Amino acid sequence: MAGAAASALVRPALAQGRAKVVVVGGGFGGATCARALRRAGLDVTLVEAEATYMACPFSNAVIAGLRGLEELRFGYGALRREGVAVVHQAAVAVEVESRRVVLADGAGVPYDRLVLAPGIDLRFDALPGYDARGAETLPHAWKAGAQTELLRRQLDAMEDGGTVVVSVPANPYRCPPGPYERASLIAHYLKTRKPRSKLILLDSKDSFSKQRLFQAAWASLYPGLLEHVPLSAGGAVTAVDAAERTLSTDFGDHRASVANVIPPQQAGRIARVAGVSDRSGWCPIDPVTFESRLRPGIHVIGDAAIGGAIPKSAFAANAEAKVCAEAVAGLLRDEAPAAPKLINTCYSLVAPDYGISIAGVYRPAGDLFADVEGAGGTSPLDAPLSVRALEARYAEDWFRIITADVFG
Amino acid sequence: MARVLINVPRTVRRGEVFEIRALIQHTMETGYRPDAGGEVVPRDIIRRFACAYNGEEVFAAELSPAVAANPFLVFTAVAAESGTLSFTWTGDNGFSQTETRPVAVE
Repeated sequence: MAGAAASALVRPALAQGRAKVVVVGGGFGGATCARALRRAGLDVTLVEAEATYMACPFSNAVIAGLRGLEELRFGYGALRREGVAVVHQAAVAVEVESRRVVLADGAGVPYDRLVLAPGIDLRFDALPGYDARGAETLPHAWKAGAQTELLRRQLDAMEDGGTVVVSVPANPYRCPPGPYERASLIAHYLKTRKPRSKLILLDSKDSFSKQRLFQAAWASLYPGLLEHVPLSAGGAVTAVDAAERTLSTDFGDHRASVANVIPPQQAGRIARVAGVSDRSGWCPIDPVTFESRLRPGIHVIGDAAIGGAIPKSAFAANAEAKVCAEAVAGLLRDEAPAAPKLINTCYSLVAPDYGISIAGVYRPAGDLFADVEGAGGTSPLDAPLSVRALEARYAEDWFRIITADVFG
Repeated sequence: MARVLINVPRTVRRGEVFEIRALIQHTMETGYRPDAGGEVVPRDIIRRFACAYNGEEVFAAELSPAVAANPFLVFTAVAAESGTLSFTWTGDNGFSQTETRPVAVE
């Protein structure tokens, strides 16, 4: 009877037909989830403000001039053809009691279950001196699009002999190895185009993803060009002065010719408005169903969720979306979902023909995901350059495959 | 010698309260952690930090195994007269390191 009572609570729309699921956010997580829910026979509405999606993976290659930004743009035509109702409006509120998502034009979209995949918002209140205006001078380029091009143009315009400064926030943030791939590819650009220049990577951490692989590659490819300053060497940026292009740490100031400030982040706005984020700014979930620990009936996937060991990556969001869709479809049929195992693989380019990777397998453990011991791993430290070249190709293959899976 | 980072303002006004930052690179091994072979790694921590201003101790801290690696301390002093700040870290296994920085009071 408890099950019947619960199902009565979660399916007011069933009397009119198929269960309705609304997905907010059309990135790797949201678009994947909408598609999977639709394939499970549900009535799915995807709410996404932008007409097209600009993917973050490979945007570091755009910054380094190795790829065009338009190659990262994807549309929602395939989702529409499969029967997903795609609404290009911002979701501005969630009415939890009446189970409706409120759109920018005031219309309400009813749901039986809601999936939020809002990605990240940059925190413009966390680093003194760095706000949305500051980002026009010191780009973050941590959401692909205009900011990516701005950083690209600034690097283009910089004279040989300049100093590029990249700042990295403390965990957690979107794409853990991303800052190090970016620093690598900017270093490649400088080495090949502006060899008297220097790159300083100011880091709020002492350890990072694929660290030994990155550091070995930097030592061989970019000696004297790329300097990594970890937390314990005073690398944490505590304030910025956009007008002076200066980044301050606890122990000194760094004046930059071009500065890329990757600021602290939090779950996208709609997650905070819906009340599914906690004081950390991120969303606690049940790792079996991705249902919010704070608001029943609302699921959170992708970068916005607190994943524990599982990283905030496109690959993880895609995997989480499929697990979440199956759990949502099951819950709507009163079926108890099985505990999933999730996989993440992440390639980073250290140079155009030099790729490295990390893979992990994750299982639910309490409120988080934990590593499955002994599974996964990284590229070997002592691999020949032919292996690095092959992994660079795999990175491109991965991007083609995942974007085809999500948007193709 | 451990690497040390110290930030003291170049000049301070007489009577002013000024901030001092000091970081030392140290593992702060707790003494409770097993290594890869299951053996407990012996404790190796900084036990005490002290800052003296022209020879007089103006700030000190006791550190414990719960303190994270690379201890970073921020504290304040009152600008009395020009002179020298000395920073001393002492700890397990006979660890002792002292650094000095000048301070100019206007």
